[in-house]
Amino acid sequence: MSDYKTIEEIEQEIVEEFSLFDSWDDKYEYIIDLGKKLAPLDNKYKMDENRVRGCQSTVYLVSDYKDGKVYYKAESDAVIVKGLISMLIRVLSGQKPDNIVNATLNFIKEIGMMTHLAQTRSNGLLAMVKQMKNFALAYKIKNTETV
Amino acid sequence: MIEPVSIQKGLDIYAIRQQFPILTREVKGKPLIYFDNAATSQKPRVVIDALVHYYTHYNANVHRGIHTLAEEATQAMEKSRDAAKEYINAESREQIIFTRGTTEGINLVAYTWGRQNIKAGDEIIISSLEHHSNIVPWQILCEEKGASLKIIPISDKGELLIHEYKSLLGPKTKLVAVNHASNALGTINPVKEIVEAAHGVGAVVLIDGAQSAVHLDIDVQDMDCDFFVLSSHKMYGPTGVGVLYGKEKLLEAMPPFQGGGEMIKEVTFEKTTYNDLPYKYEAGTPNIADIIAFKAAVEFLNQLGKANIRKHEEELLKYATKKLKEIPGLRIIGEADEKLSVISFVVDGLHPQDIGILLDNRGIAVRTGHHCTQPLMNCFGISGTVRASFAVYNTEEEIDELVIGLQKAIKMLL
Repeated sequence: MSDYKTIEEIEQEIVEEFSLFDSWDDKYEYIIDLGKKLAPLDNKYKMDENRVRGCQSTVYLVSDYKDGKVYYKAESDAVIVKGLISMLIRVLSGQKPDNIVNATLNFIKEIGMMTHLAQTRSNGLLAMVKQMKNFALAYKIKNTETV
Repeated sequence: MIEPVSIQKGLDIYAIRQQFPILTREVKGKPLIYFDNAATSQKPRVVIDALVHYYTHYNANVHRGIHTLAEEATQAMEKSRDAAKEYINAESREQIIFTRGTTEGINLVAYTWGRQNIKAGDEIIISSLEHHSNIVPWQILCEEKGASLKIIPISDKGELLIHEYKSLLGPKTKLVAVNHASNALGTINPVKEIVEAAHGVGAVVLIDGAQSAVHLDIDVQDMDCDFFVLSSHKMYGPTGVGVLYGKEKLLEAMPPFQGGGEMIKEVTFEKTTYNDLPYKYEAGTPNIADIIAFKAAVEFLNQLGKANIRKHEEELLKYATKKLKEIPGLRIIGEADEKLSVISFVVDGLHPQDIGILLDNRGIAVRTGHHCTQPLMNCFGISGTVRASFAVYNTEEEIDELVIGLQKAIKMLL
């Protein structure tokens, strides 16, 4: 448990990593690289009910709940979107539902992605964040009900 | 900055570019290269000035005011109607109905003429090339009336199979609704032939001119279509304005679209009589400012001359087609013999959205996705394309930048 990092700590790591890049070409290279390295999602999850609406590319997102924490897996047919998913998973996967629901995800703005990418609905970044938070909220509500 | 080009070719493109204030801006630190003209074109200074001038000097509600401003605004708006009438060579100004755009024009016909004339068992023919706005209103109508939709198939090149179209025509055909040119592929359709064949079986024809009106000479009388629709914002004009042209006999016989002010002659609680054409279809306060500024766009087009514009755009299309074909793995979707200056393409193994994002990072605006033509994309077995569409202010140098941007994007993504 010693390597547990909070959402804010991981966000800060990403912000620092991005500060090393001089240009958006370099940032995109990095995001594309993350996208290429993202573990593929098992085909059994690639069904309509796991699709994230509001993305121009096809995005599948699934979640799991273990020991009080939410774990995400996702995939897209567009590599930049995959890179964004990879960052979101790094920040949110393995966190408690409450923390995910309340996460401000300021890193998106701080690394400049908001002005570069998130201004249109087509890239689906905001849709993915919403879907991830929805999963966390569902686990949170389920928890409160069973307690 | 993009430097002058093609001066010897008839139009001084550099001078034209100077009339578009937006073309001086930068995107992501690079000069804007705007290749999304089939979605909407940029606006010349004269159009922007016309909007500002209206709001600054004679903003008033039209048609019933007795004061000076109302009179000036009414006159300016009606002059736009005259300009539109000339632009498409309509028989009379009364046949020019102002709408919000092509989509509203099509819906107006579907909800008025369609509801009055389409019955169970009737057939409506559209084509595989249609934009969703020329599919969905007819689907809704067919569902409501128990009519059915027939689809003209296309060839691998993206051209309508006219022989197949003619075999679809029959006594049940009540309407043929096709575009003059495809937004996704650029294919120019043989509308005159389509109209003639439809009239042969007594069907009414609606031509969607959203893409063609800015590029091609439009003569609705020569085309002999029954309805023609267009959008101002794709013609260097303001958003929120469109024109519906209809044959007088049809417009007279159709019921009104929306009820309200402007469209009535006399109202009692027992009965309302409707206004004459064109006002019968223009309920409520119209989009006065944008309609007035639309005239400036029409004059801008007339001044440059369609033939000159088309010549320049054809050269851009030819140049871009040649250059893009040299890129390994790039496949152009839609290679009709008669095409507007639109190039849709895919790159093997790459998602259009990734290409679009990386081009945007170089200041190049293209459109990616299905272009509101999902059934057409299905015909080609793809989910979308990257589309570059050219306007009069685009240059070969900009196309060179597109090619460089594409090469770089492909290298990064593969």
